[in-house]
Amino acid sequence: MIVEIGHYALTLALALALAQAIVPLWGAAKRDEGLIGVAQSTALGQFAAIALSFGALVEAHLVSDFSVLNVAENSHTAVPMVYKITGVWGNHEGSMLLWVLILAFFGALVAAFGRGLPPVLRGNVLAVQGMISSAFLAFILMTSNPFARLDPAPFEGRDLNPILQDPGLAIHPPLLYLGYVGFSIVFSFAAAALIEGRVDAAWARFVRPFALVAWCFLTLGIAMGSYWAYYTLGWGGFWFWDPVENASLMPWLAGTAFVHSIAVMEKREALKVWTIFLAILAFSFSLLGTFLVRSGVLTSVHAFASDPRRGVFILLILAAFIGGALALFAWRAPALKQGGLFAPISREGALVLNNLFLTTSCAAVMIGTLYPLALEQITGEKITVGAPFFNMTCGILMIALCLIVPIGQSLAWKRGDLLGVAQRLAVAAAAGLSVAIALLAATTGGPVLAPIGAGLATYVILGASSEIAARLWRGRASLQVAFSRALGLPLSVWGSAIAHVGVGVTLLGLAMTGLGAETIASMKIGEPRTVGPYEVTIEAIEPRTGPNYRDVVAKAAIRNGGALVATVESSKRFFPARQMSTTEAGIVTLNLGQVYISIGDQTGGAIAARLYWKPLVSLIWIGACIMAFGGALSLADRRLRIGAPVRAKAALAAQPAGTP
Amino acid sequence: MTRKGRRLTLIGVALCIVAFAAGLALYALRDSIVFFYGPSELAQKDVQAGARLRIGGLVKAGSLVKSDSEKISFVITDNVRDVAVTYQGPVPDLFREGQGVVAEGVLEAPGKFRADTILAKHDERYMPREVVDALKKQGRWQESGGGS
Repeated sequence: MIVEIGHYALTLALALALAQAIVPLWGAAKRDEGLIGVAQSTALGQFAAIALSFGALVEAHLVSDFSVLNVAENSHTAVPMVYKITGVWGNHEGSMLLWVLILAFFGALVAAFGRGLPPVLRGNVLAVQGMISSAFLAFILMTSNPFARLDPAPFEGRDLNPILQDPGLAIHPPLLYLGYVGFSIVFSFAAAALIEGRVDAAWARFVRPFALVAWCFLTLGIAMGSYWAYYTLGWGGFWFWDPVENASLMPWLAGTAFVHSIAVMEKREALKVWTIFLAILAFSFSLLGTFLVRSGVLTSVHAFASDPRRGVFILLILAAFIGGALALFAWRAPALKQGGLFAPISREGALVLNNLFLTTSCAAVMIGTLYPLALEQITGEKITVGAPFFNMTCGILMIALCLIVPIGQSLAWKRGDLLGVAQRLAVAAAAGLSVAIALLAATTGGPVLAPIGAGLATYVILGASSEIAARLWRGRASLQVAFSRALGLPLSVWGSAIAHVGVGVTLLGLAMTGLGAETIASMKIGEPRTVGPYEVTIEAIEPRTGPNYRDVVAKAAIRNGGALVATVESSKRFFPARQMSTTEAGIVTLNLGQVYISIGDQTGGAIAARLYWKPLVSLIWIGACIMAFGGALSLADRRLRIGAPVRAKAALAAQPAGTP
Repeated sequence: MTRKGRRLTLIGVALCIVAFAAGLALYALRDSIVFFYGPSELAQKDVQAGARLRIGGLVKAGSLVKSDSEKISFVITDNVRDVAVTYQGPVPDLFREGQGVVAEGVLEAPGKFRADTILAKHDERYMPREVVDALKKQGRWQESGGGS
């Protein structure tokens, strides 16, 4: 019964989404506030209906109702409770339901808190959001119904894919979807601006919080996915330039460009058309990612069962929305009032440069990802584009970008003083150079790229902090004055500085992996092996039984010069329900670096093991968290918030949009 | 600077970066494309020894030989032609005889392949798509063969 209610609620949501797509659009064209008002109730109703539907599916998984095909194929009575819940989105149908749930959630946010928005804009935004919802709800109902019944019901389910029985499944997909789908609102705002033919600094102010929320979540989602792959795949890699990873990186690059260009639009009323274009681009890449991952054109752990009908359906949605938006852009963008131009040496100029680097590297990733697919369609030849391509294109462009990040941050709006900036950044640049030289000297004969990367990272971190330092200690202020200035500094200034420090921290982590050590060996119990500065000894190998698996656990001790620093367990896990095993790497974080142990098969008295020492590797993910924290701080900036209508209006009046 | 001058600077810088990126992409594409072949295709195509390739098919039953320090050798087959593969290093959890596999590495001599990366399925129900296609080409694919 609950399952049927879920199915019914989903159908109801489609009806509401269709109404939301049509009525407010009509109302906005007729300037009829009553018709526009329909958008709010339908958006909230749609969210409630999808939430109910999602709840019904969670309930079916919780009680292991194997008469539901989705539950029977992806669950098992022996699976721990947490994986019964996360298993809801550990499959194609459920993950699409989570996708539309988050889509409707963002629509509901606009409906609930968008009272400060001009009614026509609000109506159009929600109408476009309704169109996206309708398309994906129709997709779920027609090709991927999670509530399909199975008759007769089996006694036992087929179990959740063991690779997905991991806490990562509870965190990674929801975070990633909040990011991916969050850009839908930005897209809807862009489409609404084009429909209305009007875009100004106030528009930028409305969109910015949504873009930042999506960007923060996407950053965290990608970082979490990378860490999950790192600890679960068992060979210490954290980024593979796999098409599925690229699918999440492309919207991130476009979205990062967007959150920078919207700052220019908000402060200087420039780059309007470009910003609108980026808004369309960011969500188009999210859609492309959904297509690549969900259609079955790629083989990966993310592509669940593939059904050709689904691929064609998503491709149609993709073509309709990207094509439609770009056509709208081509038709309406010339009608938008052009923004002002600015001097090349200025913060705006630097942000344009930032946008160019980000979008070209996004294009490079797109070429590397889509070229093999296109070639196979055209010639039948199967190829893969390997990591060297991406390192060479995206890597070099990102390094160039890192060089200009601190410079851009230190330049003033309108007209910058390059000489002054150079003086201010001299300390950071000198520190970066000395780190690079010192590391090069210490690791003679080692990789050259790692010390250079570390030097660049130092420069980025210090350069990003120097802007704050310069503001606080301007005119050799005392500590007390500096402290009060720190409190008075707008949160968005702190936010951008901290996010840029995060970029440097991640870069440092990436660079230092080049100085790591790796040992692949057949290890006997009690026999120490050296990896980096540590000696690893496997002390015992013992079997263990989990709730729905059997483990072979290797207990290892990590010593540094004879002194015990840590013990760690690494295991090989066998899941009888699917006759499948997984590797659970043992990881110990020591001084921000990690000792990583993963075990293979036992032969005689020895066990095949891989040992890695990865100095400062944790900084890769810590840096991503710092970036997201910086984004969240900017989001909390009162000046930029659109809260209750009265306060928003007061804030707008106090801070005219053109003020630098 | 005049309005026109500013606009020209902007366009000029943009063109430079795009041209630089396009150059990088074209240069990098030359060296990092890896072709995929099934064993039969490999036999037909006259592939130079030393070329970097991906070979996909089934791990032939009874062909897997393990020696010390994670060194293994096995045969990839599409049930028509075979390729002998040697590999040192960790194998994925789902790598076993009779299952689909994709090996990436260097062709040492005709029919002899040294792999440096082994990819197996992520899930016991699904075969790497390339492997399915390669088997289909040889008419050796049965739909039931994909299930466990």
